[in-house]
Amino acid sequence: MAGFDVVIVGAGVVGSAVARELSRYNVHAAVLEKELDVACGNSSRNTGMLHAGFTYKPGTLKAECAVEGNQEFDQVAKELNVPFRRTGKVVVGFTEHDRENLLKFKAVGEKNGVRGMRIIDKEELNRLDSGAGGEFAMYVPDSGILDPMQYTIALAENACMNGVEFYFGRKVTAIERAGKEYLVRTTKGDFQTRWVINCAGMYAPEISEMLGYPNYPTKGFKGEYFVLDKKAGKHLSIPVYPAPNDKGGFSTHATPTIDGNVLVGPDSYVTEGREDYAVTKEHLDGLIADGQKMFRHMKREYFIRNFAGIRWKRYDPETGEILDFLLEADEDKPNTVNLVGIESPGITCALPLARRAVKIVAEREKLQKNPSFNPCRRGIRRYSEMTTEEKKAAIAENPDYGEVVCRCENVSRAEILQAIHNPLGVHTVTGIKNRTRATMGRCQGGYCETRITRMIEEELGITLEQVRYSREGSYMFTGKVREDK
Amino acid sequence: MRQTDVVIIGGGPAGLAAAARLWEKGVRDILILEREHFLGGILRQCIHDGFGLTRFGETLSGPEYAARFIDQVTEMGIPYITDTTVIDISEDRKVTASSRGGILEIQAGAVVLTMGCRERTRGAISIPGQRPAGVLTAGVAQSYINLQNKMVGREAVILGSGDIGMIMARRMTLEGAHVQAVFEVQPYASGLPRNIEQCLNDYNIPLYLSHTVTDIKGEERLEAVVVSQVDEWMQPIPGTEREYACDTLILSVGLIPENELSLAAGVRLDERSKGAVVDEHHQTSVPGIFAAGNVLQVHDLVDFVSMEAESLADSVARYLADKGLLECGLEVKTDGNVTYTIPQKISGTEDFKLSLRVRKPVRNACIRLSQGKNIVLEKKMLKVIPAEMIQIPVKAEKLRREKDLEVSVIW
Repeated sequence: MAGFDVVIVGAGVVGSAVARELSRYNVHAAVLEKELDVACGNSSRNTGMLHAGFTYKPGTLKAECAVEGNQEFDQVAKELNVPFRRTGKVVVGFTEHDRENLLKFKAVGEKNGVRGMRIIDKEELNRLDSGAGGEFAMYVPDSGILDPMQYTIALAENACMNGVEFYFGRKVTAIERAGKEYLVRTTKGDFQTRWVINCAGMYAPEISEMLGYPNYPTKGFKGEYFVLDKKAGKHLSIPVYPAPNDKGGFSTHATPTIDGNVLVGPDSYVTEGREDYAVTKEHLDGLIADGQKMFRHMKREYFIRNFAGIRWKRYDPETGEILDFLLEADEDKPNTVNLVGIESPGITCALPLARRAVKIVAEREKLQKNPSFNPCRRGIRRYSEMTTEEKKAAIAENPDYGEVVCRCENVSRAEILQAIHNPLGVHTVTGIKNRTRATMGRCQGGYCETRITRMIEEELGITLEQVRYSREGSYMFTGKVREDK
Repeated sequence: MRQTDVVIIGGGPAGLAAAARLWEKGVRDILILEREHFLGGILRQCIHDGFGLTRFGETLSGPEYAARFIDQVTEMGIPYITDTTVIDISEDRKVTASSRGGILEIQAGAVVLTMGCRERTRGAISIPGQRPAGVLTAGVAQSYINLQNKMVGREAVILGSGDIGMIMARRMTLEGAHVQAVFEVQPYASGLPRNIEQCLNDYNIPLYLSHTVTDIKGEERLEAVVVSQVDEWMQPIPGTEREYACDTLILSVGLIPENELSLAAGVRLDERSKGAVVDEHHQTSVPGIFAAGNVLQVHDLVDFVSMEAESLADSVARYLADKGLLECGLEVKTDGNVTYTIPQKISGTEDFKLSLRVRKPVRNACIRLSQGKNIVLEKKMLKVIPAEMIQIPVKAEKLRREKDLEVSVIW
């Protein structure tokens, strides 16, 4: 495929943010993604925290971008219509050592520019949230919770409506220099482009090497999570984190999600496998024990799902030290921007990183502003969040709003239809789920999945064998039970 | 706002039976609300036979069994609305429902909860492993195969010996799939003996007790499951792992009464049955709100669902006529061998039917009902198993009015 100015490799939160920031300029850009949707890797496998930035070493790119990304997010959420709430966070302690660590990180946070942090006693902690464990805490008002899938989708959709093209199911296999351009070879066609921006997340070291940069050493810190029923969500209004260890790492915590569930996790252990997203009995059992310390209402009957994510960190092979986010653009690798080791707090940092990457391209290329750029994107309006009067009006205008497809989350046919016809052209069941919350409730699609797959077939005119759960090979049906008469 | 004497939430076997009996009792202002396009509930996808032996003395398929009640309701002219999902019930019995026609708000004299149950999922029991396509609950598989003509896989393993799992083992075999085995974590089957015979033994499908799935493999579509033996605390025994290559894992690991609307109405639930706490009239903790069928307790046979709903209807008719029912101040308590009972509250002055389930299989058991030192009755049974619901009629004349009733299983 010929003629792009910029190819972005990877449609995680960083790639989607870069696409969105790039669409502010007159530029012909494409995003190449190996999966069938945005946010299929760790962009969707995290706690959904908008981090404040009190554990990152002052002066690092991580600290700078976290604070910048945190403080602008009210505006971002409004523009992109992303579910977000600035809940604040409590980092709870039990021992004197915990207290020392809290004070240490309070000082770090203040140096980074985090606002309003203070140490609170048990009484105030219980007043903030009666479900929280801990003897005392540091209260961080800047922290917030958001839906990381919706955020990535919003960035990508906004980029798409401003002209960026998204290509799914394209895994980059090689990048060749061809004259003044690059030929990006993928599993489904080649792409010619003048610029390449590496946003490949955990695969960034491989892409980095393809561009002529080092194959930076990285290692995976895997963590597992429980998703708890919204019934548990009633007992938790603010994220509860344990005091960080001496290096600023957190163990298992409890976080309310923006939709009203509770996440318990993640723990942390090193993994070798790039996409080792399997959950294990050993670690889930550990979460049950640790989770109860943070959240008193952790009960088995609240379990509705579990998942794993991996923070793929860059490190120094000699000292073992974890390194800062890397953003580089060497003159001797012309027209490239290389982002490696972007992990937590990648959601918070995505837009600040994107601006820095795009600035490099814009300055070197002397890009013109896109006069029709619109920073605002609207998501799918949710039936479950409407008042009765709003529901009546919505149904009068569009009867599909009255037909409830997902009973647990009260998702209507109108929302499923909008999700099936999403601007990015994503067609998987997981794609519908991440756009609407259908199948995310306590019955996990027991009621609605059969309806959604039928709607996908009908709306897109595809056969049942073509329906995909999430990935390219995730077929759901092997054929008809018997041929129609 | 529309006023209706009785609003029935759900047009499955319980709702239909309650409606027909209410009509027979002279109650005319009834409305059934059903979210599907057809009445019949889950029976629509249960195309196997074996329904109706107790209620009708003959064996019917699920749709045939449902049709008996649907025909009755239609002939009586009982009003019902389909394609309408109830989204809220308030404590003062205001029912809000959503449909393509708009929002329906009804003030009900009495509300009958007959929403049925849902299946326990992979996430609820925390099966470790990857998350490929091809892992689904038995009811979802049944819906795809029987209602949508979609085959879900070719090489299957079944976890859980619930009735629907065993029925799906047979169903998939009949449709050309290969079912390797059924694995059950407990040392005994959770489904009925007749299904073990007719669905597994007749098709040479092995049932392994004290086994569970300990890993799921496959990045995109299911490729294999790992099964391990478990010890007496149901923990996997290291070294017993065995891998089964398969493209489908069907889960039949339990049913949970669907009580989200009950909770919205402020109805108190029983931790043990996962359904509402009800008295001998099937009235919940909220006056005027009643519950029966699988939303109250998961039944083994649909016949008992219908009969429970009919008994509920008798009480609702009395409630409407007398503007209330007799207070039930006595609690029904259980020992450690009883999982739960229905009802959980009684008056001590009326006949009622006690339903219960035992925690484990016992031979030569005696079920004893007592009030303090007074033994109300003892029922001797050759064998009791958790899969079977036990029902015992209790006569008022045997009961005292002051002491709680205690239910125990002894052997």
